Amino acid sequence: SPQVVWSMLGNRQFCSYKMTTKTQNFCRNEYNLTGLCNRSSCPLANSQYATVREEKGRCYLYMKTIERAAFPRRLWERVLLSKNYEKALEEIDENLIYWPRFIRHKCKQRFTKITQYLIRIRKLTLKRQRKLVPLRRKIERRENRREEKALIAAQLDNAIEKELLERLKQDTYGDIYNFPIHAFDKALQQQEAESESESDAEREEEDEDDEDVDKREFVEAEDSELSDFEDMDKLETSSEEEQEEEEEVEKKASHSKWKGKTPLKGPARRKRPYIEIEYEEETEPSTKTKTA
Amino acid sequence: AAEGSGPVPRDGAGPAAPERVLFPPTFSVSEIKNKQRRHFMFLRWKQQQRKEKLALKKKRRKEREALGDKAPPKAVPKTIENQRVYDETTVDPNDEEVAFDEATDEFAPYFNRQTVPKILITTSDRPRGRTVRFCEQLATVIPNSHVYYRRGLALKRIIPQCIARDFTDLIVINEDRKIPNGLVLSHLPDGPTAHFRMSSVRLRKEIKRKGKEPTEHVPEVILNNFTTRLGHSIGRMFAALFPHNPQFIGRQVATFHNQRDYIFFRFHRYIFKSEKKVGIQELGPRFTLKLRSLQKGTFDSKFGEYEWIHKRREMDTSRRKFHL
Repeated sequence: SPQVVWSMLGNRQFCSYKMTTKTQNFCRNEYNLTGLCNRSSCPLANSQYATVREEKGRCYLYMKTIERAAFPRRLWERVLLSKNYEKALEEIDENLIYWPRFIRHKCKQRFTKITQYLIRIRKLTLKRQRKLVPLRRKIERRENRREEKALIAAQLDNAIEKELLERLKQDTYGDIYNFPIHAFDKALQQQEAESESESDAEREEEDEDDEDVDKREFVEAEDSELSDFEDMDKLETSSEEEQEEEEEVEKKASHSKWKGKTPLKGPARRKRPYIEIEYEEETEPSTKTKTA
Repeated sequence: AAEGSGPVPRDGAGPAAPERVLFPPTFSVSEIKNKQRRHFMFLRWKQQQRKEKLALKKKRRKEREALGDKAPPKAVPKTIENQRVYDETTVDPNDEEVAFDEATDEFAPYFNRQTVPKILITTSDRPRGRTVRFCEQLATVIPNSHVYYRRGLALKRIIPQCIARDFTDLIVINEDRKIPNGLVLSHLPDGPTAHFRMSSVRLRKEIKRKGKEPTEHVPEVILNNFTTRLGHSIGRMFAALFPHNPQFIGRQVATFHNQRDYIFFRFHRYIFKSEKKVGIQELGPRFTLKLRSLQKGTFDSKFGEYEWIHKRREMDTSRRKFHL
């Protein structure tokens, strides 16, 4: 009888569906109406019991009566509830007419909760779903290791500095930096000497362009393997600009030959002659006071 | 009797191993069943190997000194870059076909100066603080870029709106567990879409010895080591993010350096101390990217036509083969 069952399972002996926490006891039985472990909610300890469960989006009412207690296979009777919320509530009422108030009320509450979460599921599936891609630990570790090694092999600072110096040499920066150009010329001549031994066609081009500083640079750029595009664009435009500014380049070359070694900036060089003139004026008033 | 050590040495932790240990030729250390002895014999074998190697080195060095100037040049050490498996799609700078392709692909209007890049930066849903800050810093690095908060909008709906408002590029930073870990770069008027895996993201405050904030000047761009066709197209994608006219007064440079299929992004300020020396100072965020897939049209995961996907089983078989 159900009282005996409850006195065993409820407190004294072991119930495998029972889950205890600090504040409450839960029942893991799938036919449980409320989910708590109570005398009135235990499906094992009540001979007349009902639940609402859903399967694949449809809700069913499950009922258990004393008459079928001996036939476990036919114990739970299943009734499909209508999709319409109000109609389903009426169906619950119909089927559970004359049943205890507690079970009727809890069934309807449970049914309401289930329909609410079904609505939410349908709404969420319409939105974008986040695709979860599992990380593979070995692969992640391998890629991190390889990234570190690639970082070390890259020597980024050196590469960037080299690239910037190359761009400076190829005069992509134009007038901004005033470094002496005869050093460039020497370097260029050295490189010319090397490349002459390589191919005839290049030699012909360089012989023609010996006079122009600019075109020499343009040829060299074609020799080196360009894998970046800013350079290509800049070179095309810079060569156009430099053909117009040839005169300025020659002026600078003459300046640099006069001054020579130190790579000071242009305005600093020009300031020196002006400073000397000022000192002469200051000595005059001292001689005047002596005579008086 | 002490010369030849058979499989049974007397000293379990013997300090002095004999000078020249002769193992019988069919002997292998792995055949000893006892772990302690096997370990001991293995250590002895290792020591012997090291000694032989050292002796060989000394001999070679002596020969080199003896020859003096006539010595053969030193052998170039093998590196992974040296040993790289030659990729048949490597671009030759004088290749006409490549030049023609590049003149007619989706970036042609950019490289012909017809379009000015305008970039939209956004994230995945509900970005956390780190990602938001990273987006802001990225926006300061890339000129003419705007950060917009993604409020659960579908990319397919964003893209037509972006095109209508004249954006040229779209960057989506994907986030997982509060750190950015993916980047989708899409060139907008039906341009290619590249999906990268992003790692080692460092924000500005985490970079040591950093400089001040990057100014509004347009930075220069350096693209290193993009050799294959695929690398070329990716390089062009990156170049298309920045306007064409770098302001050299700003002295800022953004670098995309490809090494073994990892693209390192750095943002520096440089100063020329002399014509042979340049100093660089890192400012701005840094991150590394690894290409996962390149898609022909704009972002469309279901029906898109993929130009290149990283297939681990096929592409990761050789350690010397790289695709970018």
